[in-house]
Amino acid sequence: MRTYAYDLLVNDKRIDGRKMDDYRKVELKQGIIKNAEGSAVCKMGNTKIIVGVKMGIGTPFADTPDDGNLIVNAEFTPLASPEFEAGPPGEDATELARVVDRGIRESESVDFKKLCITAGEKVWMMNVDIHIINHDGNLIDCAFIAAMAALMDTKVPKIKDDKILRGEYESELSVVHAPIEVTVCKVEDKFVIDPTREEESAVDTKLTVCVREDDKICALQKQGPKDLGMDDIRLMVETAIAKSAELRKLLKPKR
Amino acid sequence: MAKTGEKLIAGGKRLDGRAFGEMRPIKMRVYAVEKADGSAQVSFGDTEAIVSVYGPRKLYPRFLQESERGILRYRYVMAPFSCTDRISPGSSRRGTEISKVSRLAFEPATFLDDFPTTVVDVFTEILQADGSTRVTGINAASMALAMAGVPMRDLVAACSVGKIDGHLVVDVNGVEDNNSEADVVVAMMPTKGRVTLLQMDGILTKDELFKLLDMAKENCMRIYDLQKATIKESFKQQPDVAAVAEAAEEEAREAASEG
Repeated sequence: MRTYAYDLLVNDKRIDGRKMDDYRKVELKQGIIKNAEGSAVCKMGNTKIIVGVKMGIGTPFADTPDDGNLIVNAEFTPLASPEFEAGPPGEDATELARVVDRGIRESESVDFKKLCITAGEKVWMMNVDIHIINHDGNLIDCAFIAAMAALMDTKVPKIKDDKILRGEYESELSVVHAPIEVTVCKVEDKFVIDPTREEESAVDTKLTVCVREDDKICALQKQGPKDLGMDDIRLMVETAIAKSAELRKLLKPKR
Repeated sequence: MAKTGEKLIAGGKRLDGRAFGEMRPIKMRVYAVEKADGSAQVSFGDTEAIVSVYGPRKLYPRFLQESERGILRYRYVMAPFSCTDRISPGSSRRGTEISKVSRLAFEPATFLDDFPTTVVDVFTEILQADGSTRVTGINAASMALAMAGVPMRDLVAACSVGKIDGHLVVDVNGVEDNNSEADVVVAMMPTKGRVTLLQMDGILTKDELFKLLDMAKENCMRIYDLQKATIKESFKQQPDVAAVAEAAEEEAREAASEG
């Protein structure tokens, strides 16, 4: 669609004067919710996302009897954007949650074996809940770094007689890798990173790439209604690897 | 995720005896659902999908209509009996995501601007699952759309590629998928070389990923040839049906004139 943002982007310019591959100012803060076992807020420009981790006890899957479980859920709260409505998660919320889940899981960033309580019977369930507070574009990148920061902030509670002692902690959650998700967007023949909501509406296609600290790729998700050439994909993956290093500096293992 | 702990590759072959670049036996047919405007059934080994397409047809309720273009709706579901463990029927988070990415895999290929206020519905049902279900669904959906006469830039062909036991392979089956180091799903418009769907999970280096993409591209072309041949073949059979109908009509006319 021809909009002001589109006219700028196809000429390598941006509404806020950034370079095409610049992130907005990213602010990350951990431990913001007292009642959550781990939490973080990430502000990427005006996009603001809170992630809370709650630890619960559940039964393991039959085929992974000594692994803890990860459950990622995203809530596009109606307060965040005029486009969001209350109700069960829609297509976009489901996709965001699943792309974040895939990045955390496939990068093997959390040691699931350390979340076993009684093999085959009881394991820890990590509920990672993503709440969008303000939507100004690039939700996946912002949600992912917030989720990783929240996991790095998470403490495993003590258990006594099968009850969780809230507020008393056994250990820190074992987070062994620092993956980052970077979404590279394409408008006509230009590539852009971290679009605002206005810019995002001018974007044709997006590719989210999850990159680990060893530059290995752990997840990909193509989005948007247009197609990509093989050369586009190569370039987008290279860009994501380069940009991920920059964001990762913000991700500190402990408070 | 069932981990077998078993070796997935022995003596340069995969567990089911395939070479790294070899697909499972493929079966394709169109006219799979008589009532549909277009339909197809595709199986890759034990993975089987049936797809029917309805439309372009008027979209109701009217507030959902787009005045300048037709819309595409894609529904991917797995039949409750399709896996070893029963799947509860209806929508799931996984199904919602697959439906979305599959729809986007077809949007660049279809000319829906020519059909304002209409909808094209694609219903994909996985009857039996043994890995690579979404690509089998897409391959069938592509043929069903063509049979429904929906104008397209190209057929969409899809395939899965992955890394198992350190080797790069095509057409990942169920056991391989559950134990893979990585799997990548690609849908393309093969003659245009354009990618319309790309998903990946697991751990890969950049170079491995690019190698897999090249393998996927080559394989999509092979699938495309099969799709095209199947559709062409179906039209060869068509005149017979018409001839039979004509003969019957002729007979009826003769009977009427005699009576």
